[in-house]
Amino acid sequence: MNVWDWNFAASIIPSLLDGLLVTLEATALGSLLAFVLGLMLALLRYSPLFVVSKAAWGFIEVVRSTPLLVQLYIWFFLLAQWGITLGSMTAGVLGLGVHYATYTAEVYRAGIDAVPRGQWEAARALNLPRGRTWVGIVLPQAIPRMIPALGNYVVSMFKETPLLLTIGVLDILGQARGAGAEAYRFIEPYTLAGILFLALSYPSSILIRRLERRVLQH
Amino acid sequence: MFSSTRHPQEAVQTADIETEQPMVRFNSIMKAFGDQVVLNELDLEVGSGEKVALIGPSGSGKTTILRMLMTLERPDAGTIYVDGDPLWHMERNGTTVPADERHLRQMRTKIGMVFQQFNLFPHMTVLRNIAEAPIRVLGIPRAEAEERARHLLDQVGLAGKADYRPSQLSGGQQQRVAIARAIAMRPKVMLFDEVTSALDPELVAEVHAVLRDLATETGMTMLLVTHEMNFARDIADRVLMFDQGRIIESGPPERIFTHPENDRTKSFLRAVLEAT
Repeated sequence: MNVWDWNFAASIIPSLLDGLLVTLEATALGSLLAFVLGLMLALLRYSPLFVVSKAAWGFIEVVRSTPLLVQLYIWFFLLAQWGITLGSMTAGVLGLGVHYATYTAEVYRAGIDAVPRGQWEAARALNLPRGRTWVGIVLPQAIPRMIPALGNYVVSMFKETPLLLTIGVLDILGQARGAGAEAYRFIEPYTLAGILFLALSYPSSILIRRLERRVLQH
Repeated sequence: MFSSTRHPQEAVQTADIETEQPMVRFNSIMKAFGDQVVLNELDLEVGSGEKVALIGPSGSGKTTILRMLMTLERPDAGTIYVDGDPLWHMERNGTTVPADERHLRQMRTKIGMVFQQFNLFPHMTVLRNIAEAPIRVLGIPRAEAEERARHLLDQVGLAGKADYRPSQLSGGQQQRVAIARAIAMRPKVMLFDEVTSALDPELVAEVHAVLRDLATETGMTMLLVTHEMNFARDIADRVLMFDQGRIIESGPPERIFTHPENDRTKSFLRAVLEAT
């Protein structure tokens, strides 16, 4: 038996690509959730109400200090026990999105803190309302600086999607495992799965590094 | 130049300096940062339309006065009145309570400020910098607000720069945009916080020229913190010399600069004039 069987490798590529689509879908939806929820968490941390900002802080700390896998189990198995049954993809996206939201929240916060105090003061001197100051003045200056860091989290989320396998999402790794079990050959499926991850995350990190350099130049 | 005929509504009403009610009044104002007392029982009155220069060593509380008027800093004790109304307090059910955001917003419509570091919005064009607040705060339609902004740009000598970003302008040009931005809100009181301190020497004159026009052609009340004594002499009706949170000498510029009475005023002026 050959160590590497080209025919077998070619035959499993379609199912791996199916898995890739699922992985990309989970990453895209998870990122979207992480971006929106993270921004909300960051804004809550700036709330003048002590209870609100403390609650947001507590939530961020708890989620960041527990493993993603545990959180996935909570979304999928624990909620089901309490009568809330989520599909594995839904639970996976919620798990990824909420987990990474606590990281993006810190990115937003750092970006917001980097906006000079004079900008806030000018907005105040011009009597701009609070909401307008955020939307029109602070965020447009903060967000470009955040993009590279947010991009890095998208890449790391992408690489963590195989964890969704444990709650039944058939991503790249799930497909590879299935194909391997069927033929009882694991070298080709797992190698190809690794290559697919590499082929996407490596160029992405290079792109992000370039973006970072461009942002820093401004 | 600022009392335009093309836009008669731009002309700020010439105020009557003789009116009884001062435009700005500080009533035994206290302010400390930590252990450091910045203002100590300060009393101060500025008449409507009056131009007052605040001079003195750094750390003497001049900038804090402007920042409290712009509601950027809250006094620890005492009362500030602007145009007859308390700034940091309001009446509720017959008692005086700390001002809420609504009251502060109401009071802020009377006050404008120009900062040492310009603080223009870097992601907006020059035109948008000036038109943003009139659109968002005063509810002026965009087309009208932009037309007014262009007119103001013309007045500060930057007619061709409407579509530039602040970063494409010199410091002097940026500061002139910042002045136009503040005037666009038509405040009764304008605060200038060392507006030429961050500028290269050769750019100071153009900003001073704009301020001089503003002072002579409008009835705006102006408070200027400055280290430029010639400019203060030029523009101010009255000069206030600060030291350690108190006004130690006050009078018309001709007298303060030629016959200062207080010893510390004398040594301060000597030091400043030697430096320039």
